[in-house]
Amino acid sequence: MNISGQEFISAMSAIGAGIAMIAGVGPGVGQGIAAGHGASAVGRNPGAQSQIQSTMLLGQAVAETTGLYGFAVAIILMFVKPFK
Amino acid sequence: MGALSLYTSVAGESSFMISTFYKFKLGGVELGIDSTHVAMLIVSVFIIIMAIIARVKINKVNATDTPGTFQNIIEMIVDMLGGMVDGIMGSNAYRFKNYISALFIFIIISNISGVFGLRPPTADYGVTLCLGLITFVLVQFNGIKKNKLGHFGALFQPIWFLFPINLIGEFAVPLSLSLRLFGNVMSGTVLMGLIYDLLGPYTVAYPSLLHAYFDIFSGCIQAYVFSMLTMVYVNDKIAD
Repeated sequence: MNISGQEFISAMSAIGAGIAMIAGVGPGVGQGIAAGHGASAVGRNPGAQSQIQSTMLLGQAVAETTGLYGFAVAIILMFVKPFK
Repeated sequence: MGALSLYTSVAGESSFMISTFYKFKLGGVELGIDSTHVAMLIVSVFIIIMAIIARVKINKVNATDTPGTFQNIIEMIVDMLGGMVDGIMGSNAYRFKNYISALFIFIIISNISGVFGLRPPTADYGVTLCLGLITFVLVQFNGIKKNKLGHFGALFQPIWFLFPINLIGEFAVPLSLSLRLFGNVMSGTVLMGLIYDLLGPYTVAYPSLLHAYFDIFSGCIQAYVFSMLTMVYVNDKIAD
C-alpha cells in the first residue's frame, strides 16, 4: 500500500483533531464540580436559588472556554487544513 | 486513495460548513455572499420588524386598556432584560440597557435560527469576533472615561513587572468571549450536521430533541453568558 504525502497529512490531521478533543475532559470535570457545589449551596440556602444558579452558569461558561479552544483546534485541523 | 477521498467527501460537502451562494470581484478582491450574510440579514430583518410592530402597538395603547398577549410578551422581555442589567450594574445600568438588550436579543435569535434551518450567524467567527471587539472597545472606552490615565496605571497594579501579564489579560477578553460563543454554537451546528448526514433521507423527527438542546438550551445559555460577561467586564472598570 502506497501512501502519498498528502494522504499522510490528511490522516495525521484527523488523528490530531481527535487528540485535541481530549481537552473536553477538563471542562467536563470542572462543570460537574461546579454543578455539585451549586446543588449543595441550594440545599443549604434554598432562598438564594436564582442567584446561585446564575453564578454557577457564569462560572461553568468560563470553565468551558479551555475545552472550546481544543474544539477550535480540532475544527481548524479537520476543515481549514492548514498543513498542505 | 481511499483514505483521501473519504476524508475530502466528509470535509468537502458537509452541510454545516459556510456555503457561498454568489461570488463577485471588487477591486481585485474576491468576495462572496455567504450563508452567514443571508442568515444575519434574515435575523436582523426579523428583529427590526418585531421592534416596529411593538413600537406601533405600544404607541396605540391607552393606559386604561387591558394589555393583549403580544404586549404582555414584549413587556416581559423588556422587564427581564432591564432587571438583568440592573442586577449587575446598579446605578450605571441606564447607560447600558439599550446595548446589552440589543446584544442579548441579537445573539439569542441568531442561536435559535438554527431550528428554522438557517446556519446560525454566530457559528461564523467573523460575527462573534466583531461582537467581542465591540465589548473590548466598550470596556476600554468606559475605563478611560472613568479613570482617565489611571486606567493605564492599573496595568502596573500589584507590581510593575506584571505589566505584560495584565496586558495579555486585557486582550484575552474579546478573544475568549468570541471563541466561547463561536465554539458553543459551532459545536452544536457540527453535531447537528453530522446527525443529519448520518441516515440521509431517513432522518425523521429524532433531530428535534437535539435541536432543543443544542440550539435552544445552549443558545439561550450562551446569549445570557455573553451579555452577562460583557456587563461584568464593563462594570469592573466603572464601579465606584
